[in-house]
Amino acid sequence: MKALFSTADFPILDQRVYGHPLTYLDSANTSLTPDPVLQSMDEYYREYNANIHRAVYPLGEKATLEHENAREKLRQFIKAESVQEIIFTRNATEGINLVAKTWGKQNLKQGDTILLSIMEHHSNIVPWQMLAQENGLEIQYLGINHEGRLDLEEYNSLLKNEKIRMVGVTHQSNVLGTINPVKEMIQLAHEQGSKVLVDGAQAVPHMPIDVQYLSADFYVFTGHKMCGPTGIGVLYAKKTLLEEMPPFLGGGEMIRTVTTEGSTWNDLPYKFEAGTPHISGAIGLGAAVDYLNALDMTAVQSAEKRLLDYALKQVQNLHGLRLYGPQESDMRGSALSFSLEGIHPHDIATLLAEQGICVRAGHHCAQPLMRHLEVPATVRASLAFYNTQEDIDRLLTGLKSVQQKFL
Amino acid sequence: MNLYLDNIIDLYKHPLNQGFLKNPSASHRAFSPLCGDDITVDLFIESNRVQDIRHRGNGCAISQASISLLTEEAKGKSLDELLQIPPEYIVEMLGVELGPVRLKCALLSLEALHKAIQSYYNNHIHGH
Repeated sequence: MKALFSTADFPILDQRVYGHPLTYLDSANTSLTPDPVLQSMDEYYREYNANIHRAVYPLGEKATLEHENAREKLRQFIKAESVQEIIFTRNATEGINLVAKTWGKQNLKQGDTILLSIMEHHSNIVPWQMLAQENGLEIQYLGINHEGRLDLEEYNSLLKNEKIRMVGVTHQSNVLGTINPVKEMIQLAHEQGSKVLVDGAQAVPHMPIDVQYLSADFYVFTGHKMCGPTGIGVLYAKKTLLEEMPPFLGGGEMIRTVTTEGSTWNDLPYKFEAGTPHISGAIGLGAAVDYLNALDMTAVQSAEKRLLDYALKQVQNLHGLRLYGPQESDMRGSALSFSLEGIHPHDIATLLAEQGICVRAGHHCAQPLMRHLEVPATVRASLAFYNTQEDIDRLLTGLKSVQQKFL
Repeated sequence: MNLYLDNIIDLYKHPLNQGFLKNPSASHRAFSPLCGDDITVDLFIESNRVQDIRHRGNGCAISQASISLLTEEAKGKSLDELLQIPPEYIVEMLGVELGPVRLKCALLSLEALHKAIQSYYNNHIHGH
């Protein structure tokens, strides 16, 4: 089988940790950054470092052009209709806060209800709780079944509550790996008259995304989980919504005119991008999109599915291991959350770290879900296209040695 | 690097001073939301000394070994002596090098002990 990518693109992998090869299984936390992305950011600082949208000299024009090219690349990547619908943020969290504090604050009134799934990351819970407190709103939660999937019947019956004005749901769970049927969920919510915000942080790096096909009202994601740098993310929203929304932060760039008495707002998307943005970050994220496009997201998805099938088989065969979330690879991403009987997740992660294996242990910023699963913490190994079967084999060898130590 | 010396895993499997005291002079539950480590200590105090001590809860091997060793250490010591135990002492007692994340696991035991003593003082103001 032809390799999907060149290992030379990830020089970070070429190192040893405590004498062991580095085995990186924490891409749901943050992905590794390929060389072309690093180069694109380096080029900006070395060759055309300038602020954007104001400088008239060539450096500034080039910086503006590259920054806006990146926006266009992202538009194409998620198939948005217009670049005006691509708002650069710091991360997915900021995107959700932006929506809660502008659209939410303006449109959700006393007694209105927000429906969230129990598998949401804290970033898709806390901003709504803050808004609920401010505007006197209710929050309801949609549960999961024994397979770790959302219950669509329950969803349908919860939606009968006409007070529900906003549904917040993750496209792919960062803990369970579950891929949620967001297209159907959005359609049902729209029939009821509710808007939907989709947290795409874990989905965008792993599958082709089409926000128009999904008909998402709001779709947020972050750069650093999709081979881009940290500190840059995207909020997609339908233009009709963005036009009606008040600005988020005030300051430079987001205004048209400012007088001592007041201000008027800039056009989309700039209305929501106050201050000098993360220019190199946007350029780097554009380069990450180029990188992923060159691999082809459909090819990334099938390569990861093959790897996931292998990983599922291996972990399910390990005695004493309990895997949370769907047990099959259908409609499932490659976050593998598990526990080993009698051994605390933090001990597992630390012992694996001593063998150069990077996994996460903890509540994964999803405390309501962990309470639902009745576990204080889990270990999570998460895959990306740059992982290999050898990485899975090392994980299994590592887990067996942890078990031996504790037996 | 070897964080998991045999004695730590041994203490995790066979903890010392685990359980309850019937009528504790002071108790405190320390909880780490980061990893779910959860330690409760009961103290029996007489003449400002810890005469008996028990702990319970659950957590990782580091946190559990730490509270086992600290409860051994605390028996018979005066409250003021115990309040003066610095974090470095716990690390030394465990005999392992700890990174910043795992250090929190090791120090939860000390937090539980110190807060239990402080609550005792708060309830017996004349004693301090």
